Amino acid sequence: MAEILVLVDHVDGAVRKPTLELLTLARRLGEPSAVFLGPGADSATEVLGRYGARKVYVVDAPEVDEYLVTPAVDTLTQLAERTGPAAILLPSGPDGKEIAARVALRLGSGLITDAVDVTAGPEGPVTEQSAFAATYQVTAHVTQGVPVITVKPNAAAPEAAPADPVVEKQDVTFGPASHAVRVLSRTPRERGDRPELTEADVVVSGGRGVNGAENFALIERVADALGAAVGASRAAVDAGWYPHSHQVGQTGTQVSPQLYLAAGISGAIQHRAGMQTSKTIVAVNKDADAPIFELADHGVVGDLFAVLPQLVDEIERRRS
Amino acid sequence: MKIVVCVKHVPDATADRTFSEDGTTDREAVDSLLSELDEYAVEQALRLSESDADAEISFLTVGPDDARDALRKALAMGGDAAIHVSDEDIEGSDAFGTSLVLAKAIERHGFDLVLCGMASTDGSMGVLPALLAERLGVPAVTHLEELAIEDRTVTGRREGEGATVRIQGALPAVVSVTDRSGDARYPSFKGIMAAKKKPVETLGLSDLGIEAAQVGRAGARSAVDTATRRPPRAKGEIVADEGTGGIGLAAFLTTKKFI
Ligand SMILES: Cc1cc2nc3c(=O)[nH]c(=O)nc-3n(C[C@H](O)[C@H](O)[C@H](O)COP(=O)(O)OP(=O)(O)OC[C@H]3O[C@@H](n4cnc5c(N)ncnc54)[C@H](O)[C@@H]3O)c2cc1C
Ligand SMILES: Cc1cc2nc3c(=O)[nH]c(=O)nc-3n(C[C@H](O)[C@H](O)[C@H](O)COP(=O)(O)OP(=O)(O)OC[C@H]3O[C@@H](n4cnc5c(N)ncnc54)[C@H](O)[C@@H]3O)c2cc1C
Repeated sequence: MAEILVLVDHVDGAVRKPTLELLTLARRLGEPSAVFLGPGADSATEVLGRYGARKVYVVDAPEVDEYLVTPAVDTLTQLAERTGPAAILLPSGPDGKEIAARVALRLGSGLITDAVDVTAGPEGPVTEQSAFAATYQVTAHVTQGVPVITVKPNAAAPEAAPADPVVEKQDVTFGPASHAVRVLSRTPRERGDRPELTEADVVVSGGRGVNGAENFALIERVADALGAAVGASRAAVDAGWYPHSHQVGQTGTQVSPQLYLAAGISGAIQHRAGMQTSKTIVAVNKDADAPIFELADHGVVGDLFAVLPQLVDEIERRRS
Repeated sequence: MKIVVCVKHVPDATADRTFSEDGTTDREAVDSLLSELDEYAVEQALRLSESDADAEISFLTVGPDDARDALRKALAMGGDAAIHVSDEDIEGSDAFGTSLVLAKAIERHGFDLVLCGMASTDGSMGVLPALLAERLGVPAVTHLEELAIEDRTVTGRREGEGATVRIQGALPAVVSVTDRSGDARYPSFKGIMAAKKKPVETLGLSDLGIEAAQVGRAGARSAVDTATRRPPRAKGEIVADEGTGGIGLAAFLTTKKFI
């Protein structure tokens, strides 16, 4: 079976969940080979193997952290030339998409971005994408070269398939493009105790109706009662009530959790673009005509400052 | 400084957008406009020109006849001139076809800085700036929330995955900016009138030395098999809160096993 190159998304060797989803999808297409850039491969190998990586290619060069995007492009292009993979999978996101596009251009390959599913087809991988604020489902395939595909978080549930990976250190020649954009500083975002937005099974979001940074404590209380990540509309983020890294929508994060709770959010098309594919959607809004109710499986027309505290109390009562 | 701003004409995101039978965007069905996310790139170009008397701003679009409207809108906001690349053979292009046409047009015009939006509001791939940089052989200083240019060096803040990074590259470069880079201005009446007199050059593939087979559906490296409308979500239960809305919500979440 042919190799499938999977670019590993990690923080100092801690592999992020979307990578496990990519390995799971890659097994449908061939034998996954994880491509690990930077330091920390030792601590990542076990989990990569657990999710089916047969090989782990390690490129630990200073360029990887010192320059943006292009060192990964040089790496994947050269590995693809050496190993002749049947496909290359990367996580969707600004970095993943830029890496993918440049790799595809260099390899003369087709590119598909933001796949929400990937399956094996007669002519190679078949992808599914959501289009136009998730009102359309598009299936597509690459017709030229090694298919390069970026996959959104939550496209598949990670399934373990233990393998004992061969770890191979690889040398890569970094061309001039790899020294073009220097990373002057990197400030990791604080990771609280709550799950990450893209990885959470439940997301509780607040909008303009939350009416103040201090009131987001109520959204956090609901989130904690449900073990959820906290999201926010752009209106709430622009007002400075919650950090931009929590923005859900077209220009924020696109989520697809089991449950999405929207409180004080009207449901503008750009917000819907980031949450419309959630399994179950519930909404609390005092305006019965708010478009968010068109999506809601259960909606409460009411004041969030009355409904949400009661919800938290009732969750606690039911649990005890 | 010679600035080229790439702007895309897209179907209105707030309208009911559809696909044609051949899997391409149906441009007839709804009104189109300048992609809202490209207004931020226009704005940054105009701000840069305010502190650089030699700045010369051109807007560039690739698209059918009516894509000219996007250029007019940008010119009404400011800038000097525009380039419209239009050719029947471009229809159905993928990201590689479009980036080839844009790159050739940019090279022909000359540039110190290419400014783009973070993504279009229709295809929303967010890859064109990286592809342009790769084709033009210049740095891609992308996805910036904040940028400054000094001594022919671009420095900016990029909100990356899990971290905020400060990045830097030398001109000539391709830069893309996000919707957090600064609110775009509205065209003034004076601006709208002035735009009518600004030159718009129209180019075809032959002006750029591109063969028809390199672009359009013929040159595309991927193909759409099906495009189907997602079934509307089943109508949910919407209840007015009469003092027990939170309890009712908890009961619903319990039936769905979230509690
Ligand atoms: C190019 C572009 C990109 C965009 N990207 C995004 C994006 O990524 N994410 C995003 O969210 N938006 C995005 N937007 C903005 C979007 O168009 C909306 O402006 C935004 O989503 C509105 O946020 P909101 O629903 O919180 O606010 P509003 O639309 O003002 O809605 C507030 C809601 O709260 C309700 N409310 C008020 N008080 C209460 C109360 N006490 N109890 C219950 N309900 C209450 C009101 O009835 C109202 O429905 C984008 C816009 C553009 C042009
Ligand atoms: C729903 C949908 C899904 C698609 N999926 C794929 C796919 O998976 N693979 C693929 O190869 N193609 C795909 N396409 C086609 C692709 O979107 C177009 O080829 C397009 O020209 C490039 O991508 P974009 O609009 O996503 O641009 P982006 O990369 O999102 O655009 C970023 C910036 O580039 C500039 N720009 C983009 N287009 C133009 C233009 N025409 N003129 C001037 N400046 C421009 C703007 O500054 C813009 O803000 C898809 C199209 C649609 C509508």
